[in-house]
Amino acid sequence: MKQVFGRPDALTDVPTHYCPGCTHGIIHRLVAEVIDELGVRERTIGISPVGCAVLAYDYFNCDFVEASHGRAPAVATGIKRVLPDSVVFCYQGDGDLASIGAAEIVHAATRGEKITVIFVNNAIYGMTGGQMAPTTLPGQRTTTSPRGRDVESAGYPIRVAELLSSLSGVAYIARVSATSPANVTKAKRAVRKAFEMQIDGKGFSLVEFLSTCPINWGMSPLEAMKWVDEKMSLYYPLGDYTQVPEVG
Amino acid sequence: MHEEVVFAGFGGQGVLLIGQLVTYAGMIEGANVSWMPSYGPEMRGGTANCQVVVSSKEVSSPLVTEPTSLIALNKPSLDKFAPWVKRGGLIIYNSSLIQSPPGRTDVRVLAVPANEVANELGDLRIANMVALGAYLATSRVVSCDTVLDAMKRVLPERRHNLIPLNRQALARGIEIASVWHSRDRGDVSGRQ
Amino acid sequence: MGEKVLMKGNEAIAEAAILAGCRHFFGYPITPQNEIPEYMSRRMPEVGGVFLQAESEVAGSNMVYGAACAGARVMTTSSSPGISLMQEAISYMAGAELPCVLVNIVRGGPGLGGIQGSQADYFQATKGGGHGDYKLIVLAPSSVQELMDLTITAFDLADMYRNPVMILGDAILGQMMEPVILKERPKQDLPPKTWATVGAKMRPKNVITSLSLDPVKLEKHNLRLAEKYKRVADEQVRYKTYMADDAETLLVAYGTCARIAQAAVDIARERGLKVGLFRPISLWPFPYDALQLTAQESLRVLVVEMSLGQMIEDVRLAILDSKPVCFYGRTGGMTPTPREVLDEIEKIVEEGI
Repeated sequence: MKQVFGRPDALTDVPTHYCPGCTHGIIHRLVAEVIDELGVRERTIGISPVGCAVLAYDYFNCDFVEASHGRAPAVATGIKRVLPDSVVFCYQGDGDLASIGAAEIVHAATRGEKITVIFVNNAIYGMTGGQMAPTTLPGQRTTTSPRGRDVESAGYPIRVAELLSSLSGVAYIARVSATSPANVTKAKRAVRKAFEMQIDGKGFSLVEFLSTCPINWGMSPLEAMKWVDEKMSLYYPLGDYTQVPEVG
Repeated sequence: MHEEVVFAGFGGQGVLLIGQLVTYAGMIEGANVSWMPSYGPEMRGGTANCQVVVSSKEVSSPLVTEPTSLIALNKPSLDKFAPWVKRGGLIIYNSSLIQSPPGRTDVRVLAVPANEVANELGDLRIANMVALGAYLATSRVVSCDTVLDAMKRVLPERRHNLIPLNRQALARGIEIASVWHSRDRGDVSGRQ
Repeated sequence: MGEKVLMKGNEAIAEAAILAGCRHFFGYPITPQNEIPEYMSRRMPEVGGVFLQAESEVAGSNMVYGAACAGARVMTTSSSPGISLMQEAISYMAGAELPCVLVNIVRGGPGLGGIQGSQADYFQATKGGGHGDYKLIVLAPSSVQELMDLTITAFDLADMYRNPVMILGDAILGQMMEPVILKERPKQDLPPKTWATVGAKMRPKNVITSLSLDPVKLEKHNLRLAEKYKRVADEQVRYKTYMADDAETLLVAYGTCARIAQAAVDIARERGLKVGLFRPISLWPFPYDALQLTAQESLRVLVVEMSLGQMIEDVRLAILDSKPVCFYGRTGGMTPTPREVLDEIEKIVEEGI
C-alpha cells in the first residue's frame, strides 16, 4: 500500500506537550518537512529556546542544543562558525527573541549569520503562565497587564520582522501564520525559502509565525485562530519583509 | 647583577620602547628579565612608565618599588619617582625639559639634554634613545650592540630604516655619559 | 619551537591557545585584556581559525557554548565585569558538561571598579559565580611562561573532564612582558567527543541540554557531577613551594602576589628570618592537604592577597585551628610591595603570633 501521509523523518515519535489549539505542533511539522525535503537532517543542528518550545529537542529528530534564555542566535553562531557546512536553526518564542534576546537576534542578523530562525510570536509568555510579552498588543490583558497593555507605561509591541529587515546582513524575512490551510501552505513555502537561503550561503533568514495561545488568551482554539487573523495580523501584517537595501 | 629600572615620561616620548629594548637585550644576553608597563587612561597624554628588572637571579617581583635606576624624561615623572630610587642608585633626567635637578644627594644624578641632542640630530622623537644611550653607558646593564640587535626584533620591518638614526642617538647619549664619568670619577661607588 | 621570545602575558595566553589547537575565539573588548582579542583577530585568520567580536560578553560566552557543542576547542577572555556577565553561560556549560577555556584578567571591583590588577574575583571563580551546584577548574599562573603553559593545560583538562576551565590572571600578569619558550605540546590521550552536536549522521541524535525537570533525574546528574569533581580534586591539585621546608612563617599567595611574596621571602631570609612560600596553582581544586602538610612545622601562616581576603578562607580550611592564620592584603587595584609584606612578617613575628 502506498503511504500518502506520515511523520517526517525529522520528527520523533513522541507526543508533544503543547496545549490544544497551539500552533507550535504545526510549525514543528512544517520545519521537519522542509528539513526532510531538502535532505539535510543529518547535518542539521537545532537550538531550542527557553519558553514553551524548550523541549523541542525531544520532538525533532536531529542533533539539538538547548540554549539559555534569548541566547539561541549566539549559540547558533558558535555552532555555525565551527561547522560552516551544517544547517543551523533556532526555534524561539517572543519573550526569548524579542525581549531578553533582543541584542543577540539583532547582531546575528546584522552579521548575516548563515542561520535560520523560526520565530513564534503568540503575543504572550506561555510557559510561565500568561505574562505580558514584548509583542503583547496594546490593550491586551495578560497576568502582568491585568487592565490591558498600557502603552504609556509598558511601551509598544515590537514588530520583529520589520525591525530586522532594515539590517544589511538579512537575506530573507517573512511573517506568516498557520491559521488556515492556505496560510499553512504559504508558511511552509517561507520556511523552505529561509532554509534555502542559509544553505545557499546568502545570509540570515527568519520566519515569524503569528501563533496562538488559547489557554493564556482565555479563548477556545477556534476563537484563538480568529484572533490571530482579525487582531494580531492588523498590528503584524503577514508578508515578505526582505527589503534590505543593497549597500556597496 | 640585579638592576631594577623605571623609565618614565610623557605618553609618546617612547619610554615603554626603551624599557622594552633593555628587557629584550637582557634576555638576549642570558639574563632573567621582566617588563611591566603602566597602562590605561593615564597613557593618553599623561605620564607613562615601565618597570624593568634585569637580573642574574630569577625575577621574583616584576613590580619595581625601589629602583636601582630611574630614567625620567619629564618633570612629573622625576617628581614622582625620584624619591623611590635606592640609595647609591642612579637618576638620569632630561635636562631639556626639567630645569632643576632632583633633590637627592645619596644617588648619582646625570643630566642629559635629550631633546636638544635629538633636535640636533634632526628628529625630536629620538630623545628617548639619547637618554637610553646615557643609561647604557652608565649602568652597563646590557651592551649597546645587543640593544641594536633587540631593536631589529622589536621594531617592525618597515621601521628598520630608523635604526641608523637611533644608533646615532644612542652614541650621543653614551658620549654625554662618558664625559660625565670622566668628570665625576670617584663619585661612582656602590655599583654592582 | 623552543625559541625564547619576549611576550606580553595577554599575548602569551593567545598564542598558547593557538598552540593548543584552539581555532575559535569569541570575545568582547574590556581593559586590561584587550591584547588577547587583538592578537586573536590578527592570528586566527593566519591559522585558518575564527575570531569573532561578539556584541557583548553575554553573547560571546554563549557563542563559546555553541562552539563547544560543535566539538571545537574554544576560548573567550575578559576581565571582571565581563566575567560577571558570562556567569549565565558558565553555569549552563558546567551543567551541560561542555569543555572550554575562560580567561579572567582580573581588575579591581566591585562594579565597574578600576583597571589595575586585583585578585578580588577569587570567590567568583572558585566558589560558583553562576547558579547551581558546579565547579570550574581554576588555574592561577604567576609568570608569563606559566600563563602559556597553563593555558595549554587548560584545554586538555577541559576536554579530559568535559568541564569549563578558568585561567585566573590579573592585570599585572596580563600586561607584563617576560621571556617565554614556545613549547611543543605533549600529545594527550583525550576522549573522543562523541557527544558533540555535529549532525546526526549514521547515529542517533545527540542532545545537549542542562534542563532536567525531574528532580530525581537532576539529583542523579548532580551526583554524577560531584563524582567528576572529586576525580578532578584527586588528580589535578597543583602547587609550588619556595624555601618552605624550615619556614617558621609560611606565606600563602598565588598569581602576582606570589611573585611579591617570593621577593619578601628573599629579603626576609637575608635578615635571617625563616620565611617560606606556599603557592597554590590550582585554586580549584585547592591544595588543602599539601598546604596542611607544608605548614605542619610552621609557627604561623600569612596569606597575602590583592583583595580584602578571599583565598584565606580556603587556607583556614586547610590549616583549621592548628596555628594562627594572618592576612595582609591590598585591594582596589593596589598591589602590596615586598617591603610591606616584610613589615607585616616582622610585625607578626614580634607580636609572637
